[in-house]
Amino acid sequence: MIIPLEHFLIFAAVLFVIGLCGTLVRRNIVGILMSIELMLNAVNINLVAFSRSTSLDPVTGQIFAIFVVALAAAAVAVGLAIVIALYRVRKTICADEISLLKW
Amino acid sequence: MEFMDQIFVNLKSTVLTLAGGFLPPWAVILLCAAISLGVIAVIGPVTMMYLTLIERKVLARMQNRIGPNRTGPWGLLQPLADGIKMLTKEDIVPKNADRIVHLVAPILIVIPALLVFAVIPFGKNMIPADLSVGVLYFLSISSTTTIAIFSASWASRNKYSLLGGMRAVAQMISYEIPMVLSVVPILLVTQSLSTGAIVRAQGAYGGWGWFVFTPWGFAAFITFFLCAVAECNRSPFDLPEAESEIVAGFHTEYSGMKFALFYMAEFMNAFTLSALAATLFLGGWQGPWLPSWAWFFIKTYALIFIMLWFRGTLPRFRVDQMMNLAWKFLLPLSLINILVAGFWHFANPPLAIGGSIAMLWASGWIFTRLNRDYTPEKRTYLFGE
Amino acid sequence: MRIAVSDASFTPPRVQGRNTRKGLTTLSMMPPLEFIIKMGIYALMTVCVAGALLSVLFRNLFHAALALTGVLLGIAGIYLALHADFLAMIQVLIYVGAVMTLVIFAIMLTERFGDASLRQFNHQSWAALGGGILLLTFLVRMIQTTPWPVKNQAALASPAVTVVQLGEALLGPYVFPFEIISVILIAALIGAIVVARKDLEA
Repeated sequence: MIIPLEHFLIFAAVLFVIGLCGTLVRRNIVGILMSIELMLNAVNINLVAFSRSTSLDPVTGQIFAIFVVALAAAAVAVGLAIVIALYRVRKTICADEISLLKW
Repeated sequence: MEFMDQIFVNLKSTVLTLAGGFLPPWAVILLCAAISLGVIAVIGPVTMMYLTLIERKVLARMQNRIGPNRTGPWGLLQPLADGIKMLTKEDIVPKNADRIVHLVAPILIVIPALLVFAVIPFGKNMIPADLSVGVLYFLSISSTTTIAIFSASWASRNKYSLLGGMRAVAQMISYEIPMVLSVVPILLVTQSLSTGAIVRAQGAYGGWGWFVFTPWGFAAFITFFLCAVAECNRSPFDLPEAESEIVAGFHTEYSGMKFALFYMAEFMNAFTLSALAATLFLGGWQGPWLPSWAWFFIKTYALIFIMLWFRGTLPRFRVDQMMNLAWKFLLPLSLINILVAGFWHFANPPLAIGGSIAMLWASGWIFTRLNRDYTPEKRTYLFGE
Repeated sequence: MRIAVSDASFTPPRVQGRNTRKGLTTLSMMPPLEFIIKMGIYALMTVCVAGALLSVLFRNLFHAALALTGVLLGIAGIYLALHADFLAMIQVLIYVGAVMTLVIFAIMLTERFGDASLRQFNHQSWAALGGGILLLTFLVRMIQTTPWPVKNQAALASPAVTVVQLGEALLGPYVFPFEIISVILIAALIGAIVVARKDLEA
């Protein structure tokens, strides 16, 4: 690897933190879902970078990344379905206006 | 024969050897990539320009006309004239449009159309980049077109654009699934995702071992080709730009060079999808007597001619018919086809041939029967008569 | 990182014979090319971070989605740099071709909520920013101090993981999670349809 492992890890950490901030800050649920995708991708970069440089079997990290991608796709499908249903029932998709389960 | 076959390859290696005399090796590698890129960047637009002419000529003949014949012999300069006209046209942006996205969308749609040229084997040793995941590269890059179409339709702030964009995306996503699944039997049999290896695997019987001659290959070819026609929004699947319903679909609000870019992407997609169909099922550059690149272009243009033939003869689908074809016919058929390919691979030849033909015919018949019930009943027009 | 120059389509035979031994050229033999690739990867990382920032900061949600699409494509490029070709293609096919399309569909269906005229950020913005910076410094510090068990250079030059290896792993040691994933996907598919469809009488 011509770029040291640490640089990939820091890059992934930066992406993860940006995604985390987006998740905390956005009001729109679709925006929150997008930020979660960003965080999942940051994790995937870590998995692949580790599998390339450290793990004994280079396949493992990539397999995990594939599983993460598949799960992310499922999560987005269900999440967006919920968003559409919310929009239909409550006419809003702002996370702070959907507060029935809050004290 | 051998000389003609490898003429372009030898030309390139001569240039590189000459350059290698005074350039360091890393620069030669860069130059090699640059030559491939340059050739693609020329072939793409030129293909598009002359496809427009071919389309107009062929359609005209089908409609008992002559077609463009004023600019140059047989209208050969017509694309050039069209290009100049497009360049000099006024560039109109709607007042409420999202200016940046409106500008970026046509560029976004051309880039993937050009990128997919990289894995197409134009002839023996004439593949710009023989990636180990070539077919997957093609499919994934061409799937990014949906985002560009969405951007174009959303940025125009026009209801026809939005409707066309929604239709286009629904159609492209629906047809992508049977398209990918119809490629799977080829991957199963060749055990490779590289386009070069897939072509080499069809070299049996002196260049006649094309996959289209096997039962599963034939079914997959029909599925793939129909999906390819739908993917590049051509007639009879041209609902996203149906001019009698929604003006021009997602590019209603585009004019001048931006409009030309949409057209360019559409024609280049038609070319690359035909080329991929020829590569996967019709043996790519395999074939007797002629040079390999000649075979490749003959097959590709034959498929493009069939696309034009569709346009000249078939009326447009209705939205529900189009969706039904993808989800209720092509998708189950391509799933069964994967099973048939496995059966073909493991059974003895007589049983394999008879069994796969029987399985495919039976499933095709069943799906046709099942789909027939879903066509709407005879309508009664209350005030019509 | 190593480039196989023995491929006939990549470099013509004559150049190959003159410049290389054993038909393979390692990248370290060509410092300028290595430098270009290195700078390319760093540039890609910068673009990704910028795109990620924009995708969080854009007030117009459609623009944010486009920025995120750019980031996802850039991450596919990072996978290529890590020799994970198959994963890079999967990333483009699934994230850009499917997930982002779905997201944009949702943005369009709920259009007035994605508009820049609406307040897009809640009141915890500054707290989240502070917490994020704290977490980032902690993570970076940890990454720098941990002695990562990096393989030696000879092992790093090993060829990329092929699709065949991935397939064998998926149907070998990982066959059970693979089947579970397919069950989850079908459950999510049906669940999404059930949740999103209109109520029949309403």
